[in-house]
Amino acid sequence: MSKLQQNLESGFTITVEIPPPKGSDVAPALAVAEKIASRVAGVNVTDNQRGMVRMSSLAFSHRLLDVGAEPIWQLSCRDRNRLALQSDMLGAWALGVENLCIMTGDFPTLGDMPQAKPVYDLDAVQLIQAAAELSRGVGMNKKEIKDHKEFFIGAVINPFYEPMELEIMKTRKKIAAGAKYFQTQPFFDEESLDRFLALVKGMEAKFLIGITPLKGEKMVHFLNNNVLTTPIPEKVAHRIARAGDPVMEGLKIAAEFINSVRGRVDGVHIMPIGQIDNVPLLLDMVDSGMKA
Amino acid sequence: MIITKQKQFDDLIKACRGAKTLFLFGCGDCATLCRTGGEEQLAELSEQLKAEGIAVAGTAVVHATCHELDVQRVLRQEKEKVAASDAVLVMTCGAGVQSVGDSTEKPVISGCDSLFIGNSKRQMHFYEKCSACGECVLNETGGLCPETRCPKGLLNGPCGGAVRGQCEVDPTNPCVWIAIYERMKKLGRLDEMMTVAAPKDRTAASKPQKIEEKLPPKKREEAK
Repeated sequence: MSKLQQNLESGFTITVEIPPPKGSDVAPALAVAEKIASRVAGVNVTDNQRGMVRMSSLAFSHRLLDVGAEPIWQLSCRDRNRLALQSDMLGAWALGVENLCIMTGDFPTLGDMPQAKPVYDLDAVQLIQAAAELSRGVGMNKKEIKDHKEFFIGAVINPFYEPMELEIMKTRKKIAAGAKYFQTQPFFDEESLDRFLALVKGMEAKFLIGITPLKGEKMVHFLNNNVLTTPIPEKVAHRIARAGDPVMEGLKIAAEFINSVRGRVDGVHIMPIGQIDNVPLLLDMVDSGMKA
Repeated sequence: MIITKQKQFDDLIKACRGAKTLFLFGCGDCATLCRTGGEEQLAELSEQLKAEGIAVAGTAVVHATCHELDVQRVLRQEKEKVAASDAVLVMTCGAGVQSVGDSTEKPVISGCDSLFIGNSKRQMHFYEKCSACGECVLNETGGLCPETRCPKGLLNGPCGGAVRGQCEVDPTNPCVWIAIYERMKKLGRLDEMMTVAAPKDRTAASKPQKIEEKLPPKKREEAK
């Protein structure tokens, strides 16, 4: 059983996203991972996020083990067909990577290599199913894999999708296919969170609530225009706009939010877009019990 | 129909590789409707080519250029004009270009880029709704094709990226999965959407496809 799974089964769980580097030097990202390794249940390694080329998420996931961090290997459907996806999953077994987080993947035209061929041979539900079957020792070719290992399989959900009933249907399909936990897009207010928790109540999966510390008005605009399907609530945007030190204010908002939802959710997933170095400070703030 | 667009004129001239005389082929079906290779376009193009010092020995618009026997018949009728040309410029989809190319010894020049299988709503408005994937899912999706109308070709629901119902890849398009959901809801078939669609069998679209069915004598007669 992976450390992440153990953590999710025993209590409040924190995961953090660290993207692999855009070159060969893993030292700066590993340094942050090492600092937080004992304080979080897992580190998500993004897979060419937003369609921009970075180091292989599997390679960097493996390197996380060197510094004692628990990797959560993100695997998207965009870049690989079913042969490559399965061979990488077999590779993950050899490299000691146990946690998967499976998603469709941003379309190439939205990234920095818009000319690339979009693959999507499998969709996220089918890839979850393939990973679950591999974990049971059966490949997509229906052949038995005697020395198989087990993956702890997760997926993503957009809590702000409209119509939400459709997103919930897809989430149920992902659970039926084998997803055991979900990470969400970032929340910035408790009303949205409560609505979401009511919708997923009773589902047989754990939900890690997305947290993104804001670092300024520019970021609010960027997220509203490029990442989020529902804009950041105005009262949060105002707090950032009025702050003398918007970075600190953003971390404070995030820490307050984490502490006020603790006890109501299975855990949180921190996506520190552009400020990985501030994650230890954010965790300090959370540990200090900071609340609104 | 197959939607085409004309290549840039400069690129066309380059592709002519110094030919002094051309024979022009068009198509009376798709390329006429796309205004890339109909009678009018061939006449316009002939003028443009003349201005560049390239003579046009003749033009022909075949009923459907993808019909290879038709193309061969026209090539026989126009034998002398074709013989007097250095190359044949074909203003059709790639299928038409190859019909001509496989039927003459003359060098063949492609004058268009083929874009997609298109539905036409009104003049010069074309929409891709089918991509000939070889394994039709329309009976499972309320008659709307996610393989074609979702950029990611997802079979088990939306990617979650739509904003206000519009596709994240091209916000001028509505998300087809939302349309499928609404259609299935109307039909009272939402429960069917909970069935996990299996991975697509890509061999159904492996290239090049061919069908060589032997028709019984009676049907052969009818086909004539």
